[in-house]
Amino acid sequence: MPDQSKAVRFEEIALPHLGAAYNLARWLLHNEHDAEDVVQEAYLRALKSFSGYYGGDSRSWLMTIVRNTCYTWLQKNRALRLSDPIEDKLDEVGLDFADPEMILLQSADSQMVRHALQELPVEFREVMVLREMEDLSYKEIADIVDVPIGTVMSRLARGRKRLQALLAKRMGKEARIELPRNA
Amino acid sequence: MSCHETRELIHGYVDGEVDLVKSMEIEEHLRDCHACTQSYKGIRSLHSVIGDGALRFDPPTNFERRLRSTLRRESEPQRRSIILRWRWVLAGTSLIAAVIVIWVVAGIFGRQSTGDLVAEEIVSSHVRSLMADHLTDVPSSDRHTVKPWFDGKLDFSPPVKDLSQQGFNLNGGRLDYIGNRRVAALVYQRGQHSINVFVWPSSGAAPVNEKASVHQGYNLIRWTNAGMTYWVVSDLNLAELQQFAQLLQGESQALS
Repeated sequence: MPDQSKAVRFEEIALPHLGAAYNLARWLLHNEHDAEDVVQEAYLRALKSFSGYYGGDSRSWLMTIVRNTCYTWLQKNRALRLSDPIEDKLDEVGLDFADPEMILLQSADSQMVRHALQELPVEFREVMVLREMEDLSYKEIADIVDVPIGTVMSRLARGRKRLQALLAKRMGKEARIELPRNA
Repeated sequence: MSCHETRELIHGYVDGEVDLVKSMEIEEHLRDCHACTQSYKGIRSLHSVIGDGALRFDPPTNFERRLRSTLRRESEPQRRSIILRWRWVLAGTSLIAAVIVIWVVAGIFGRQSTGDLVAEEIVSSHVRSLMADHLTDVPSSDRHTVKPWFDGKLDFSPPVKDLSQQGFNLNGGRLDYIGNRRVAALVYQRGQHSINVFVWPSSGAAPVNEKASVHQGYNLIRWTNAGMTYWVVSDLNLAELQQFAQLLQGESQALS
C-alpha cells in the first residue's frame, strides 16, 4: 500500500510539469523521439529519488532532473560542445548591423525566431527557454542549471544579443524590414 | 543613470528582477534616451514572440498516458517482498542516524565550515555588486543619508561611519541577501578598490574576534561586536583592509 500511495503522490507532484519538462527536453535535444525517451528516463529517475524529495518547489526539483538527464544524453549521443566563454564573441554570428538589439519583432516572425533559437549554443538556449517560455525566475533557473544568479543574468543577456544578431542577419538577407542603423 | 548602466541592467529590468530603486532610475533614463528605449523595445518584442506559446513544443498525444503506465509498472515490483522493504527501512534509518551524528559532530567541530559558506556568499555578493554595476542603492558619502535609508528596509539599524579622514570614502549602501536574510551592505572606496561591508545582527552566535581569510583572491575580515556580525571584503591588500577593519571596530566600540 505505501508504494502504491507513493506512486500516486509522485504522479500528482510530477505529472503537472510534463509540459514544461517535454518542452525543455525538446528544445535541448532537437528531436521528438529523443525528447520523449529522455523525459521518460528523467521521470523514472525522479521516481527513484522521490524519497529524497521533502516538499519545496516541485517544478525546480523535477526540471533539474530533466535538464541533467538531457545533458547526460547529449554527452553520450552527441559530442556536447559548450561554447568557450573566452572565445565567445558576437562577431561569429556576423554582426552586420549597427545595433541588432533594436530590431523589432512581430508574432509573424515566430518561425524565424524558432530557427534562430535552435542555432543558439545549448547553455544559452536552456536559459532562454526557461525564462521566456516557462517564465521562471532567475533564482529558479539558477537552481535548475546549477550556476549563480549572476551567471543566469549574463547568459540571458548574451543569449538575447546573439539571438537578435542572428535574426538581424536573417532579416537582412530577406530584406524584409528596415533596420534602424543609428538612433 | 547612464546608458552603460542601463544596458547592463535592462535584461534584469525586463525580467522583473531589478529592485524598485533601480527600476525607477531605469524608467527615468528610458524617458529621455531614445537609443536605450529602442533596445528596451527590441528585448520586449523578442520576449513577447518567444513567450506567446507558438514556440512551445507540446508533448505528443498519449505521451502522458504511456508515461503514467510506465511509472505504475516501475513502482509495482517493490510491493512483492516485505522483507526486502524492511531491509530498506532499516538501512534508511541507520543512514539517517549516521547523518545526524555527522551533522552534530560537524556542528561541534566544524564552525569554520559554516563560516566558509558565508565567506563564499560574501565573495559572490561582492563580485556581483561590482559586475552588475549595482554597488549602491543609496549612493551617498553622507552617513546621515545612508543610515536612515535602511530604516524600514531592515529590522535593525547598521552603524554607518564616516572614515573619509582616514582615506576610506563612503560610497553608499545597499540591501543584500546573505544566508537567506536581508543584510546591510555598506560600500567604501580606497583608491581604485571597492570595499563591501556586510552587517547583520549576530542572533546569539558566540562572539568572534577579528579573523582574516582569503577566498578566490579576495581578502575577508570578519568579527562580531555589540551584537552585530561584520564581514569586510575587498581586493585591497590585507594590511590596509585590516587598518580599515580596526577603524570600523574602534568607532563602533566608541559608540556603543
